[in-house]
This record gives sequence, C-alpha cells and structure tokens, in this order.
Amino acid sequence: MINVLFFAQVRELLGESTIEVEASEQTTTAEGLRALLAAKDDKWGKVLASDKLLVAVNQTISSWDTQVEDGDEVAFFPPVTGG
Amino acid sequence: MSQAIDRVLVQTQDFSVPDEYARIAADDSDGAVVTFVGKVRDFNDGSAVTDLTLEHYPGMTEAVLNQIAAEARERWPLTHVTIIHRVGTMALGEQIVFIGVTSAHRKAAFAACEFLIDFLKTKAPFWKLEAGDQGKNWVEAKDADDQAAKMWEKQ
Repeated sequence: MINVLFFAQVRELLGESTIEVEASEQTTTAEGLRALLAAKDDKWGKVLASDKLLVAVNQTISSWDTQVEDGDEVAFFPPVTGG
Repeated sequence: MSQAIDRVLVQTQDFSVPDEYARIAADDSDGAVVTFVGKVRDFNDGSAVTDLTLEHYPGMTEAVLNQIAAEARERWPLTHVTIIHRVGTMALGEQIVFIGVTSAHRKAAFAACEFLIDFLKTKAPFWKLEAGDQGKNWVEAKDADDQAAKMWEKQ
C-alpha cells in the first residue's frame, strides 16, 4: 500500500488527511498517483489539478516523475507559508 | 574552540527569548549573536487578523529544518544554530518563530540568520490559516519569499 497524506487547504477541500492506495501500474510515479486520485470525482479532480500543488515522496519534496513504490509515503500540499 | 550545536524544535508551547539567548550566548569564543523572532501581526493584505493557526507535516518538518541548519553551517562558520517554530493556534502578538545563530564575527551571524528565515519560509512544510472578520483564510505563498530564497541560491 502507498500511504497518502494531504495538508492545509488540500486536506480541507478533500475532507481527508490520509488515505491508503494500493500500488498498481498507474501509481509508479507521483504524477500517476495524482492522476489516479484526481479521477475519483470532480472535487478530487479539481483540487489535485492545481498547478501550485506540491508533492513529497518519503518526506522529500519531489518532482512529478519521481518513482513511487509499495510502502512509500506520498504527501500532496500547497506551497508552504511558515515563518 | 566551542562545540557546534544545532537546536531544532517544533512545538505548540511558547519559547523564552532570554532563555534561548542565554543558551547560545554563553560561549566567549563567539563575538556575534544574531536572533530573529517572527510574531503574529494584526493584518495581512489589508484585512484584520484575529488569530493564526500553523499546520505542519510532522517528521518532514524537523528533517527540513535540520537540513537548512546544515546548509547554513556549510556556508558560514557558525557555533550555535537554534530554530524553534511553533504550531497550533496563536493569538495576535504571540511569537511564532525563533532563529538564533552565533559566530566569531557579525557578518556570518547576520547572513546565516537571514538565510535561515528565508529558506525556512519557502522550504519547510508549515501552512498558516488566518482567522479574521471575514472568516478563516489560508495564507497564500508569496512570490517575494520565493525571490528572497532564490537570492541565496545564486551566491
């Protein structure tokens, strides 16, 4: 399974903070996982289509073509605003 | 020579500037101590703010802050590096973030402190939710913060 986390307004708009996704041919990259989740319904499609969306694979900010494997932790979130 | 020490904390409770200052300033080989404190202010983009909630990504946040501290050490000769960032809900005027660095000389300490806050603002997974008269609102990332962090990449 891939452990998927959502933060800030992405979490709020989706109404989910974490879900598990079964690894498949479609989830071999961060972009593949995003596309799979975006296909769930209109709301998920809209939130995950944001061109500002960031992805972290195993707690490192990553590019969309980063490989994703069974057991990985993948997080989707908006640009950060700390400090 | 004093020993290099990083202190990186993500916590809900407030911090004491005098205590943190005393912790890093005790070393007589350091001539320079620079600290920065970020506070909750009462406005953003012209709207009144009543309180602020900080969300973060536990685990990743601490890793990124330690990485940023290590990057600062690669650039400047620093003795102490302290980064404390609060999460949870904070009222107007409360302290959000503390950066403290010490070095033999002031230029390194000033530069490292500015680098740390610029990098933290654009790299560490914290998000601000402001509450105000208009309801709750997620703070948008600012291009100016990105530009500030990019300036350091060129050097």
